[in-house]
Amino acid sequence: MIIRGRVWKFGDDVNTDLIIAGKYKLSITNIDELSKHAMEALIPNFAEKVKSGDLIVAGENFGCGSSREQAPLVLKHIGIGAVIAKSFARIFYRNAINIGLPAVECKDADKISDGDMLEVYLSEGRIKNVVKNEIYEIKPIPPALLEILINGGLVGYVKKYGRLPW
Amino acid sequence: MGKTISEKIFSLASGRDAYAGDIVIANVDAAMAHDGTALLTIEAFKEMGGRKLWDPLRAILVIDHVAPSANENFSKVHKVMRDFAHKYNANLYDAGSGICHQVMVERGHVMPGYLIVGADSHTCTYGALGAFATGIGSTEMAAVLISGKLWFKIPESIKMEIDGPLPPMTMPKDVILKIAGIIGADGASYEAIEFCGSTVKAMSVDGRLTLCNMAVEMGAKTGIIEPDEKTTNYMHGLEIKNLKMLRSDEDAEYSRKININASKIEPQIACPHTVDNVKPVKEVEGLDINQVFIGSCTNGRLEDLRTAAEIFRGRTVKKGVRVIVAPASRSIYLQALKEGLLEIFIRAGCIVCNPGCGPCAGAHQGILAPGEICLSTSNRNFKGRMGSSEAQIYLASPATAAASALEGKITDPRRLIR
Ligand code: SF4
Repeated sequence: MIIRGRVWKFGDDVNTDLIIAGKYKLSITNIDELSKHAMEALIPNFAEKVKSGDLIVAGENFGCGSSREQAPLVLKHIGIGAVIAKSFARIFYRNAINIGLPAVECKDADKISDGDMLEVYLSEGRIKNVVKNEIYEIKPIPPALLEILINGGLVGYVKKYGRLPW
Repeated sequence: MGKTISEKIFSLASGRDAYAGDIVIANVDAAMAHDGTALLTIEAFKEMGGRKLWDPLRAILVIDHVAPSANENFSKVHKVMRDFAHKYNANLYDAGSGICHQVMVERGHVMPGYLIVGADSHTCTYGALGAFATGIGSTEMAAVLISGKLWFKIPESIKMEIDGPLPPMTMPKDVILKIAGIIGADGASYEAIEFCGSTVKAMSVDGRLTLCNMAVEMGAKTGIIEPDEKTTNYMHGLEIKNLKMLRSDEDAEYSRKININASKIEPQIACPHTVDNVKPVKEVEGLDINQVFIGSCTNGRLEDLRTAAEIFRGRTVKKGVRVIVAPASRSIYLQALKEGLLEIFIRAGCIVCNPGCGPCAGAHQGILAPGEICLSTSNRNFKGRMGSSEAQIYLASPATAAASALEGKITDPRRLIR
């Protein structure tokens, strides 16, 4: 699985309220409508500016805060191809895999700049920075989770195999 | 090799000799979702072809985030939950029952030694009763409702030893804020925080619930406390099922040990917009506030209401400040009524809301306008959490909240000792 896209760079501790505010999550159940507000507290009109396949690159503890699955959902919905961070908050990471949004841990995320073009080789465990001509190692996604991810998430997995992974 | 209480719970739940770092498939003892997360769960349940619940008695739905409903959208979500609970015989706690986490511990869904998942990050609260409880997402919750199982990576544990008596007007909330300030918002990522020491031993279960509730604000998978006689007394009147009073072994391995001297802790406050931006209250004293919220799954319990009422008794809230009090559950509401606490709040000029999340979830009962400042006893001060993203939220104890409500500005509660 190769994901190619342009980088939107963020800092540390991007919490779930910044990704999608609780007030929207609770009051808007339509995903198209909800997604318009993705990341708006950090970049106004982010959802409109993003092109399908774009990548989010961030620092430590991405997705900290609430358990809201709408956080990875809106990112996937606006076309984000993968989120690459130095580390993830635990529930966000699980949620991302479960809904089929690649969440990639990369210690070298600092070396990546806003606007860089990356190629993410998920199964091989590396990222190529096309602009800077650099290669970064990524923390491999455990095979069982990769299987869920490449089937589009837990629901996709169940639809394909007719059973849960466990 | 010795085991921590968390490793013991996972060993029992997975049926194998398990240690930190192991990935296991484990049976859960209870699974909870609320009106903020249940809709996605129910949709995923249907999409996965779910036909029945693995164990209806262990599936719990709570309507608490926007309860009673504030608009048609929420009403639809609530209806979907009621219909689902009816169709599949799940436990349903409807609007007015209280906050999911308090309902879970009061109604016998949490027992020492249980492994519990909830579609809410503050599920970690139940560790106060010696259970291992953690938050998960809505889609995996659907998988749990179908199978009763989930994969877990067993976390390492941090031994957080808190010793010494708490000074006057200093509450468990001040202790946990102090800890958040020390270790930071990702200071315990993926780990379990095991709270122990003489302060925790002496603490009521109400206070222990406050400690464990905020473990996730440091990135922890859960907070946990060894059960003792206080734990079993708390479960008084409940049907005790399969009691597992587990303790960590002397030679259990911890990722690290942190010692906290409680007798040196002063009232603390988390400043905007992160929970680890913590200072002693005295450093921000005098800042004008527009709203005070006393409640939430962090601080809406009896001990909290008693402390606040003691400060409010015979005094009135400063003109221009809105003070909202929301008891965490119906039984707390009733007990507060019996003890005359609600009358004290109302006479002081507070608004007493029905049990539930109240303004904490940012959807009703006290939304902040741009530029407003709120002092809340809840657990999160993220930008936009309680309304406008131009508003500011400070987090403190019920004592600090009550004292500040009376003065109309952030106030160290030690000034109001009678
Ligand atoms: S009181 Fe606040 S933190 Fe607790 S469950 Fe409700 S919304 Fe979440």
